[in-house]
Amino acid sequence: MDWSWLPEYSDKLISGFWLTIQLLVICSTLGFLLSVPIGLVQVTGPRWLAAIARGFCTTIRGTPLLIQLWLIYYGVGELFPSIEGIRESFLWPVLRAAFPYAIVAFTLSVAGYVGEVMRGAFAGVPKGELEAARSMGMSPFKILYRIWLPRAVQNVFPTLAGEVVLTLKATPLAATITIYELFGRSTEVRQDTFLVYEPLLLVAGIYVLLTGIIVVIFGWLENRIPKPSVA
Amino acid sequence: MFESLQLLWIEPPGRGLSLLSGLLSTMQIAIGAYALGLTIGLLGALGKIHGPAPLRWLLTTYTTLIRAVPELVLILLLYYAGTAALNNGLESLGFDPIDISGLVAGIIVLGFVQGAYSTEVIRAAMLAVPRGQTEAALAYGMSRSQSIYRILIPAMIPFALPGLANLWLIVTKDTALLAVVGFFELASATKTAAGSTRNYLLFYAAAAVIYLCVTLISNAVFRRVEARYRRGQAMA
Repeated sequence: MDWSWLPEYSDKLISGFWLTIQLLVICSTLGFLLSVPIGLVQVTGPRWLAAIARGFCTTIRGTPLLIQLWLIYYGVGELFPSIEGIRESFLWPVLRAAFPYAIVAFTLSVAGYVGEVMRGAFAGVPKGELEAARSMGMSPFKILYRIWLPRAVQNVFPTLAGEVVLTLKATPLAATITIYELFGRSTEVRQDTFLVYEPLLLVAGIYVLLTGIIVVIFGWLENRIPKPSVA
Repeated sequence: MFESLQLLWIEPPGRGLSLLSGLLSTMQIAIGAYALGLTIGLLGALGKIHGPAPLRWLLTTYTTLIRAVPELVLILLLYYAGTAALNNGLESLGFDPIDISGLVAGIIVLGFVQGAYSTEVIRAAMLAVPRGQTEAALAYGMSRSQSIYRILIPAMIPFALPGLANLWLIVTKDTALLAVVGFFELASATKTAAGSTRNYLLFYAAAAVIYLCVTLISNAVFRRVEARYRRGQAMA
């Protein structure tokens, strides 16, 4: 084992590490926010909207994330340059970078998987609690954010932790569209130093550590929220 | 748009044939890896429940580590480590190093990863089988192994099926990751076709549709299998 390259590349690896954290936090948060309406309309929405949400979840869950990422980056990205005058617009620097495409692809992926979880979570909240809220005179929106959403999240909290871990494990795919996150940096080191295992083992260890941290944080949060009542 | 649709056709200049042969490799790798994963899973679950402490500890390390490291990193690690170990072994025995085909390497690498997930699914399913059933089998004078393959394994299948169906969907999608290491399968075939014709949107959308069809067909099949295995079982 040869670790002499480590000091030289530590800055790059640390910047890659932060990029991984950014991808994880941004996409998990946005994806969760998007999954709430996706889950909700499947339980209570009009039929056409429910059908669209269901189709979205099936498509996201039924195709590889790598293909989604490439479809969005290469496929959709290929359309933009053909739009007249877009190269001069303020949007061009954003459309030319790879990072926004990764954010969009991972966010949609999280939304698809968690949307399915939230559908079950919303459906699992006892009807009587929602009726009680309504009879108290709460508006539909107030029922959602005071009763329905908290109760739903409470029931599926451990599953959400699992989804965050899955998102972490999906972030290395960003390296395939030229984003130098942690895994991309390790590939760079491997190409520079011709070392096969050491950089890979290092990032594998960091991912295991991050997974452990996520599990601990969610476990701590889980202990702080009241336990779901047994139906 | 419509003339570019011709690119999906079977005959040249269409790339349909290359996508189809990519799909064939994908399915071969997926089926092989799934079967290998199930084998590891079954043995791993038995080892985790009945095995001696060092074996249990080893299996726990295996399932925990594999499930915490991104599949892409695992594929690279296992592929390089696996081929290097094999060739070193062959060399020390005096044989020439061999080139492992992408198909076999893909099956072994993905199968090893699947094995960790299968172990957990099957272990949970085995623990869900009421203890009394295997105890009854032993009381009838069945040997330990008879009670496992006659009673425990058939009885755990309904509990394991939802998880195993999910693992099948995961392995079909994980084959796409092999494109990053340069193996030939659907995703890499798509990448080549898209790159050489400069029709990225068309080809990646086509690949997405193909993967989606595989998922939907698999879902339908698993629903029927599950319905069959749940006959006579009390509904939860």
